[in-house]
Amino acid sequence: MNLAIRDIRYHRGRFILTSIGLGLLLGVVMSMGGIYRGLFADALAVLNFTKADIWVVQQDTNGPFAESSRIPEDIKYRIKAVPGVAEASPLSFQTIQIERMGAQFRFFLIGYDLDGFGGPPEILAGRNIRQKHYEMVVAKGMKMAIGEKIRLGLHDYTVVGITGKVVSSGGDPAAFVSLADAQDIQFKKDNDAIRNDRERIGANLSGIQTLSPAQAKFLKQNIAGITETTHTVNTIVARLAPGADLKEVQERIRRWNHFRPISVEEQTKILTKGMIEKARMQLGLFRIILLVISAVIISLIIYTSTLDKIKVIATLKLIGSQNRVIVGMILQQSLLMGVIAYGIGYVLILLTYDKFPRRIVLEPFDLQMLFVIVIAICMISSFVGIRKALKVEPAEALGG
Amino acid sequence: MDKSMYAIEVAQLTKIYGKGDTAVIAIADATFQVKPGELVAILGPSGSGKTTLLTSIGLINEPTHGKVVIDGAVVADEGWTPGLDLKRLRREKLGFIFQAHNLIPFLSAIENVMVALEINNMSRSEAKNRATELLTSLNLGHRLNNYPTALSGGEAQRVAIARALANKPKVILADEPTAALDTENGKNVMDLLKKLAVENHSAILVVTHDHRMVKGFDRIFQVSDGRIIDEETNGN
Repeated sequence: MNLAIRDIRYHRGRFILTSIGLGLLLGVVMSMGGIYRGLFADALAVLNFTKADIWVVQQDTNGPFAESSRIPEDIKYRIKAVPGVAEASPLSFQTIQIERMGAQFRFFLIGYDLDGFGGPPEILAGRNIRQKHYEMVVAKGMKMAIGEKIRLGLHDYTVVGITGKVVSSGGDPAAFVSLADAQDIQFKKDNDAIRNDRERIGANLSGIQTLSPAQAKFLKQNIAGITETTHTVNTIVARLAPGADLKEVQERIRRWNHFRPISVEEQTKILTKGMIEKARMQLGLFRIILLVISAVIISLIIYTSTLDKIKVIATLKLIGSQNRVIVGMILQQSLLMGVIAYGIGYVLILLTYDKFPRRIVLEPFDLQMLFVIVIAICMISSFVGIRKALKVEPAEALGG
Repeated sequence: MDKSMYAIEVAQLTKIYGKGDTAVIAIADATFQVKPGELVAILGPSGSGKTTLLTSIGLINEPTHGKVVIDGAVVADEGWTPGLDLKRLRREKLGFIFQAHNLIPFLSAIENVMVALEINNMSRSEAKNRATELLTSLNLGHRLNNYPTALSGGEAQRVAIARALANKPKVILADEPTAALDTENGKNVMDLLKKLAVENHSAILVVTHDHRMVKGFDRIFQVSDGRIIDEETNGN
C-alpha cells in the first residue's frame, strides 16, 4: 500500500495548493533561466543572422554594439579586395525612440546595402525592400502592419514586410531600411542646419586674409561636402572565401591602421562577457537565491507535514512497520510534490513565455538540469522530515 | 504447566527511569504469566506504572531488570536480548489497541487493517480479503471504505481491534481501550475482547483504571506505585 499516495489523496486540497505555490516559484526559476538564455540570444541575434566572419570597425573601439564606431562606407571596396574575403557589406545601426500612438516606441534600426548582406533574415509577410528609399521591413515584435507609415528623420517610411524575431542586444525589436535611408536618418541635417553650417564655414574662411576669394570658395565647398556627407557606416561585415585564413585577413586589415577587424568569436565575447555580463550574473544569482528559497520551502513543508504525522508514524512503528515504509512515505511525498510543482512551473512558463516583454529561451538542457536540481532538493529536504520521523518513539502512539 | 505454554511470562520485571537521586521506579519486581486465551486486566490509578508495564511487555520500553518471554521467546533478560528484531516480533506476535484508536486518518477502515497485514509482507489481495473478513466479523462490513473521521468512537475502536487482530497475534495489549468511549460502547468493546480471547486463543492484557470495565476478566492485577499489590482470579 502506498501511504504517500493515500495521504496526498486524503489531503489533496492542501497538497495541490502547496504544489501550485511551489510550481509558481519554479516557474519563476525557469523564466529566470529563460531570460538568462534570452539575453544571450538577444545579444547575439544580429551577429548570428548576419553570418559574417569579420566585423570591421573603427580602430581602438569595441564597435559597433558595445561602443560607437564610424568608418567611411567606401572602405567596403578595399575590404572586398583583401585576399580571402568573399563579400563585404556595410551596415548601420541606431536605436530610435519616438512617440507613436501616444506611447514611447523604441526600436533598433538596421541599414543595409540592398545588394549586400545583413538584411532581414526572413520575410514572414509582405516582401523585402525593393526601392532604395522610404521602405522598411520590421520585426514582428514591433507590432506594425504592412502599409503602415512611420516618420523617421525628415521622411515617412512605409512598412513593406514583416520579419521574424530580430532584436538588438538590448532586446529592442529591429527594423530594416536601405543603407542610404539609414544614413540619412542618422546623419542628414535639416535644411536650416545645413544653411547655418555653410554660413559658419564661410564666415570662418572669410576671416583668413591669405586666402583669395576663389580659394575660399573652393575650401568652403570641400569642407561643407565633408561635413554634410552621410556616407558613414558603423561597420563593414565580411564573409571569407572557403579555405581563407581568418587571422591572415584580420592581420591585413589591421595593418591599415585605421580599422579593427573583429572576428565573430571576439565579437561574441564582447557582447556576452562585456555587455550582458552583469545582467547575466544578476540573473544567475537570483536563480540561485530562488532555488535556495524553494529548498527551504520544501524542507519546511515536509518537516511540518512530518510533524502532523507524528502519531501516525508512532503508530506505524508500534505495529511493527519497517523504517523503509516510513522513509518511503516521506520521500515519495517530497518527490511527488517536486515533480508536480515542476510540471506546474513548466506548463506555466510554456503558456506565458512568449508574452514576456523580453525574449525567453527555454533550453531543454536547462530544464533537464533544473529537474535534476529540484529532485535533489526534494531528496535533501525530505531528510529533515525523515530524521524527525526516525526519532519518533513508538511509545508516542500511546496515551490520549 | 510447561513454560512454553504461556503467551506472556514476566519475571522480576523492573523499570527505572533516570539515575541516582532522580531515579524513579516505575515498575518493581513484577512477576506473572498469562496463558493463551486468557483475559487479564491491569488495574490501577494514573501514574501507578501500568502503561510502563504494558510498554515493557510490548517491546517498546526496555526493562531495566528482569525477564520477559513472549510466546516462548526470551525478549528481555536484563535488557533486550541481543540480535532481537523487535519490530518483527511486534508485528508478528503482538497486537496493540490504543486509548484513542490511533487509526491512520488518511486510510479507510479496510486500509487501516490492510496496512498491518502488508507491513507483515502479506500480498495485497490476501490482505484485502483478510481485512474484509475481520471487519465484517466485527459488524463493520458496511464501513469498509469509510475514513476514521466518518466512524463513531465505537466503530473506530472496533477497526483498531481488527487491526490488532490482523496478524493473528499471540498477545494483544490494550492501553485504556475504553477511555475515549461512553459506558455502553466501552462495555461492548470489553465484551468483544473477551469473545476474541476465547475465539482467537490470544492472551489479552488490558490496562485500565476503570474497575467497572473488568467484570468477567480471568485475572485482575491491581497495581500501585509500580508494584502488583493484588491479584484477583475469576476462577475460570
